[in-house]
Amino acid sequence: MTSPDVVRINDVAKRFVVRKDNSLKERLVTFGRLGRNHREEFWALGGVSTTIKAGTTVGLIGHNGSGKSTLLKVIGGIIEPTIGTVERRGRLAALLELGAGFHPDLTGRENVFLNAAILGLSRTETEERFPEILDYAGIGDFIDTQVKFYSSGMYVRLAFAVAVHTDPDLLLVDEVLSVGDEAFQRKCLDTIRTFQQEGRTIILVTHSLGLVVELCDRAVLLNRGVVEFDGDPAGAVAAFRDNLEERRVAQEAASTIPKKALPEGHVASAAISAVNGGVGEPIEPGSDLSVRVRLEAELPVTDWMCALQIDNSMGQIVYGTTSKRLGVHLTPLHGDREVEFILRDVRFGPGKYFANISLMDSSGRHLHDLPQATSFNVPDYKLAVGTIHAEPEFVDHTAP
Amino acid sequence: MTVQDRFSALEALPFEVSENSKGRRGAALASVVEIFQRREMLGLLVRRDLKSRYKDSALGFVWSLVRPLTQLFIYYVVIGKFLGAQRGIPDFAIYVFAGLTIYGLFSEIVSSSTSSIVGNSGLIKKIYLPREVFPLASVGSALFNFGIQLIILLVATLLLGSFPLDIELLYFFPALLVIVVWGTAFGLLLSAVNVYLRDVQYLVEVLLLILLWASPIVYAWQQAKAILGSGILLQIYTDNPITLAVLGFQRAMWVKGHDAVAYPDFLLLRLAIAFVVGIVFLLVFQRVFARLQGNFAQEL
Repeated sequence: MTSPDVVRINDVAKRFVVRKDNSLKERLVTFGRLGRNHREEFWALGGVSTTIKAGTTVGLIGHNGSGKSTLLKVIGGIIEPTIGTVERRGRLAALLELGAGFHPDLTGRENVFLNAAILGLSRTETEERFPEILDYAGIGDFIDTQVKFYSSGMYVRLAFAVAVHTDPDLLLVDEVLSVGDEAFQRKCLDTIRTFQQEGRTIILVTHSLGLVVELCDRAVLLNRGVVEFDGDPAGAVAAFRDNLEERRVAQEAASTIPKKALPEGHVASAAISAVNGGVGEPIEPGSDLSVRVRLEAELPVTDWMCALQIDNSMGQIVYGTTSKRLGVHLTPLHGDREVEFILRDVRFGPGKYFANISLMDSSGRHLHDLPQATSFNVPDYKLAVGTIHAEPEFVDHTAP
Repeated sequence: MTVQDRFSALEALPFEVSENSKGRRGAALASVVEIFQRREMLGLLVRRDLKSRYKDSALGFVWSLVRPLTQLFIYYVVIGKFLGAQRGIPDFAIYVFAGLTIYGLFSEIVSSSTSSIVGNSGLIKKIYLPREVFPLASVGSALFNFGIQLIILLVATLLLGSFPLDIELLYFFPALLVIVVWGTAFGLLLSAVNVYLRDVQYLVEVLLLILLWASPIVYAWQQAKAILGSGILLQIYTDNPITLAVLGFQRAMWVKGHDAVAYPDFLLLRLAIAFVVGIVFLLVFQRVFARLQGNFAQEL
């Protein structure tokens, strides 16, 4: 089955001009050449070209300000590109904000008709689909109440119900799946999966990298307005995580705020590798992990222990231990000292992990912390997702 | 619909191109076609404007009549009786209300269009629509209010026994057209400019106040003529399209004035010229609007 192109983006660039003067007086005062000093420009998109085929689900990822929302708005025709063209075809529904166009003083029913018309449905089409919309939203008799009296959940459900019943060929989604309760989110995801089966095209902007891997056929990683990676979602997510880590390290180095004077005993640095591998190499499940920590103390610290905590990229703790738990009695810390945690047979799921190292006294008071001291990657695993690794098998016991 | 059906349907569709509007040509016609295709939505937007305006107020639509009726009362008593402007103007109340009705249409079109884009920023930032629909919806709701005032005017003429039923009534149409064309033209321009410079909406209020007094609404045209003489000043005063439309509307609605007051010569021709010039302005301002609208989403 050949699938036609739905969106063609040809070398699109977008410049934003930020003015600092917004009133007539200021504008007149700073008229002409002087006015140039009162505006700043920046390129939110710097030459993006890509083609999206019908029936694919594409995730746009990137850090804040990378231009992904701008790209989505350009695709949706909400803002014009400064340079280049965007071609698209088919009926479009943009879920950039649920319920944009709902008027608080109108009833739910009136808003459904208005919003459906805005999304391009005729009155008769809306009338035909109205029972379905009402059923999907599940708000019952409230449909004839003004929407300003709705709970935020009802509001969102009704808005989503209208949007998905407009029969879009191309659905643009920007972070809206993060609103609503869990049941509603599941409903959204189910609808998106149904849409995928029906051959509709979906372009998704999200910060939930798990969702990208789970839902998308393809992911585009944007960085400072240019495409940095375009291909399979797992690869894009891995590239993005490295990207974020580089930024974090660079930001820390560039920080001009003087660091607090270090306490007498402190954690100087840490490095992670597989026991037989080099630093920075990916950690395969089942290997032994070595965390080497360098500690420094100008004055002797007699009562101390060392703690290790591993977080996943979402900041959740996935592992933690201390030298005290391991029953190690340490001689006083003075000068440079190197210690090592060895974790046997680690089985982390795919993704990026961060190690936090703490120097504590025996009652658990923190003497010094080195958060995100170092990080490691676990390579992608085709058979499963999640933070732990296990080899899955599937048996069909009562197959005919 | 199977996936294959959907794909072949898509394959048959032409691409819609979105690019920098500075490079586009022949867009005026395209946007007229686009708006015509979405006329149902335009109708719903007009209804939304009207419904939401007086929702939750006990008197509802009555409020949209309170303002012109109050104005009528003040002008009738203060200017007509106290200052004696009604001398030589029979049925002064009808005369004033006719002028206020047609001027009120212009004033409402311009002032509500000016704030329409900024007022609908929530929609404009999130969904693609031909942006002209917002000022046009303002025109629609202004016309609705005008219709109600017109009914009151007609009822009043009926009560005073001077219902307009002669050939002069036909002046109604050119007068209305001139007001709608000029109002829409400036509404489009000002709605777009207001996005970039919010001072515009306050400026518009002031200008509308000046224009009210720059047309023969609470005084007669010949009173202006008496002061301006019959030279170039009078021509400038008279050829203001709003003045022409007001005069035309009074001629249609105010029967008692047919023989009582003087009208400028060639009123119909002047209205026709004003209409044509208005169309030119409308086309030019639509182009300006189309150019400015590309950056609406980021300026709001």
